[in-house]
Amino acid sequence: MSFWEKYVFSTDHKVIGLQYMFTGLFMAAIGGFFVYVFRMQLAFPGISVPGYGEVTPLAYNSLVTNHGTIMIFWFAMPVLIAAFGNILIPLMIGCDDMVFPRINRLSFQIFLLSAIILIASFFVPNGGFGGAWTSYPPLSANAEYNATPLGAPMWLIAVALEFVAFLLGGINFITTLMNARAPGMTMYRIPIVLWMIVIASILFMCSVGPLIAGAVMLLFDQTLGTSFYNPAGGGDPLLWQHLFWFFGHPEVYVVLLPAMGIVAEIMATMARKKLFGYKTILYSVIATGILSFVVWAHHQFIAGIDPRMANLFTVTTLLISVPIAELCFVYIATLYGGSITFNTPMLWALSFMVEFLIGGITGIFLGASGVDIFFHDTYFVVAHFHYTFVPIAIIGFYAGITYWFPKIFGKMLSDRLGKIHFWGTIIPFNFIFIPLFLLGAAGQHRRIWDFSNYSDLATPEFFNLRVIATVSLIVMISFQFVFLFNFIKSLRSKEKAPKNPWDANTLEWTADSPPPHGNWPELPEKVYRGPYEFSHPDRESDFWPQDEPGPDPDDPDYKSGYSPDSDIESSSTKA
Amino acid sequence: MIMFVMSEMMFFGALISAFLIVKSGNIMWPPPGQPRLPIGLTAVNTLFLVGSGVLVYLSNKSLSRGDKVGAKKLLRYAIICALIFLGIQGYEWVSMLQHGLSMTSSTYGSFFFMIIGCHGLHVLGALLFLISVYRKFSTEAFRPESYWGGQVFWYFVVGVWPVLYVLVYLS
Repeated sequence: MSFWEKYVFSTDHKVIGLQYMFTGLFMAAIGGFFVYVFRMQLAFPGISVPGYGEVTPLAYNSLVTNHGTIMIFWFAMPVLIAAFGNILIPLMIGCDDMVFPRINRLSFQIFLLSAIILIASFFVPNGGFGGAWTSYPPLSANAEYNATPLGAPMWLIAVALEFVAFLLGGINFITTLMNARAPGMTMYRIPIVLWMIVIASILFMCSVGPLIAGAVMLLFDQTLGTSFYNPAGGGDPLLWQHLFWFFGHPEVYVVLLPAMGIVAEIMATMARKKLFGYKTILYSVIATGILSFVVWAHHQFIAGIDPRMANLFTVTTLLISVPIAELCFVYIATLYGGSITFNTPMLWALSFMVEFLIGGITGIFLGASGVDIFFHDTYFVVAHFHYTFVPIAIIGFYAGITYWFPKIFGKMLSDRLGKIHFWGTIIPFNFIFIPLFLLGAAGQHRRIWDFSNYSDLATPEFFNLRVIATVSLIVMISFQFVFLFNFIKSLRSKEKAPKNPWDANTLEWTADSPPPHGNWPELPEKVYRGPYEFSHPDRESDFWPQDEPGPDPDDPDYKSGYSPDSDIESSSTKA
Repeated sequence: MIMFVMSEMMFFGALISAFLIVKSGNIMWPPPGQPRLPIGLTAVNTLFLVGSGVLVYLSNKSLSRGDKVGAKKLLRYAIICALIFLGIQGYEWVSMLQHGLSMTSSTYGSFFFMIIGCHGLHVLGALLFLISVYRKFSTEAFRPESYWGGQVFWYFVVGVWPVLYVLVYLS
């Protein structure tokens, strides 16, 4: 096979997954550069940012908008769902490829096209779209308000194309998981990360229709001069907010769930313990998914919706913290009493829990309609959703890539460099966003180009906090080069990774590292038990691969050869 | 295909709810000075579309009985019905534009062309799918699964139409 066939127009699910991953990482680098530029402008207003130059208000709007858009739609989604979903689903259920490999390739090609359109929109006259990633009309609908007559429609087209790409990918994921499982891989033996990815795909497919409809109407408002969202012509600007957030809130869970799943796999393996409450997790996730469709208006508490409706949405919003808290407790119960290895993937997984919890708890403040009136559109909100999205996208990605790196690339990452990278990312991350919580609680608003124009926000105390955040950001970004170095160094090293470096149970560890096209010379014949049988008392070794012939300890007929009393009895007879 | 139809349902659900929200925000609906939609002609047209759905269903029934020739004939009639539907739609659009109802003349016009246009595009897409199945019908490339996929999508397109007719034309 030529290079083009093998790496560019491949239908191999692993190659497509890697294409998604590298495109997503490239986009993340762009998004990271944007945040560096506008954080510099906020901390040191008016300076010429090294590597960029002076930031005009128009450029500032465009940078902030596209930072948000890229990080959610072109980094979190492709990397967490598309990349890990593509790589893991066939490997973990024991089949040779996706059910629709060519649809899979088409999905990536559309995604790539959307990324190219988005990048191209930065270079048209007046630059990329600057109407915020939520794109509320009339700001987004009228070129005279957002000042980006070409950037706005291009942004919208790119987003719509991207959704088409994920729609195709989602169909593929769901069909593959439902139809292509190895014999014996029953519903409750599917690794939890796959459930999470597939439930996320279902959520995405159910919620994306309204947004595409809304986007078409917005595009017509922008280009044809219709007035779907223009009250002067009989339209309704709130309509967009409803359509956008009806998609936008499930979207949060669409990216959260795969990250939660990755963390669950790592925790069970590294704590050498059976995942606590498999079915509890599954049902909690389904409950989260259903609830996520009835919370959207908590983004619009001050948009002029009926206060009685706001109360209703407060209740549903607070309700959704119940299944999520349940997931956290179940994860802690998995760790409890385990023999934990603190290697790099496990550190990422543990930090995910801690940091996401901060994001979740501050969300309760914002979900209450009364408190939200004060906090709305302040940096408190910014810090809150970064405390959810950074753990999801960045920590979740690093957890997944450090854990599956041996399988994907066939080499081992350096654990020491990994730990340096870990601490160099986590500590600055908290130093970026804790100041932003303080700033937001003190009343600093979002989407302001230069705070020195506002006397009450331009005091030295405020600026000190902004400088702390910006300097920490630069430290955090520079530590990412440690990861890059580690990545390239491992790829070039001669040492090959073993098939199963972590002594894990799931099927992907029985394939070669990296698995060839088709994954196994012969597909796994049968799956005998669930994926998390670690440290089972009946066994010598502390793991029990899913494809190893033998009994299933979850079977009601299973007779355990071990009882806690037998130890005492044998020791007493000796005495 | 069922997953895809589900997200399509959400898509049309959003269009319909957007339409209803905007409609309820306007006191006069349709807005004064805008032409009325041709209810009678569209009712006939609805019969053509629903009829083609029934024909596709019957075609599938004779296919499952093993009568491939009959199934193909019924599918041909279904495709002809669908083409008539699209033709009348096109005629209707031209006459509406002549009467001064356009995308920009009012939200009424915007929603009409938007919703009915989206539906028309779906009919066209599903029809092209059915035609490609029809052309493969007596060859070896014919796969009953892909015909079934096309049918599911066709039933969706046919089934959503009466809802749109009642909501957009009759209100």
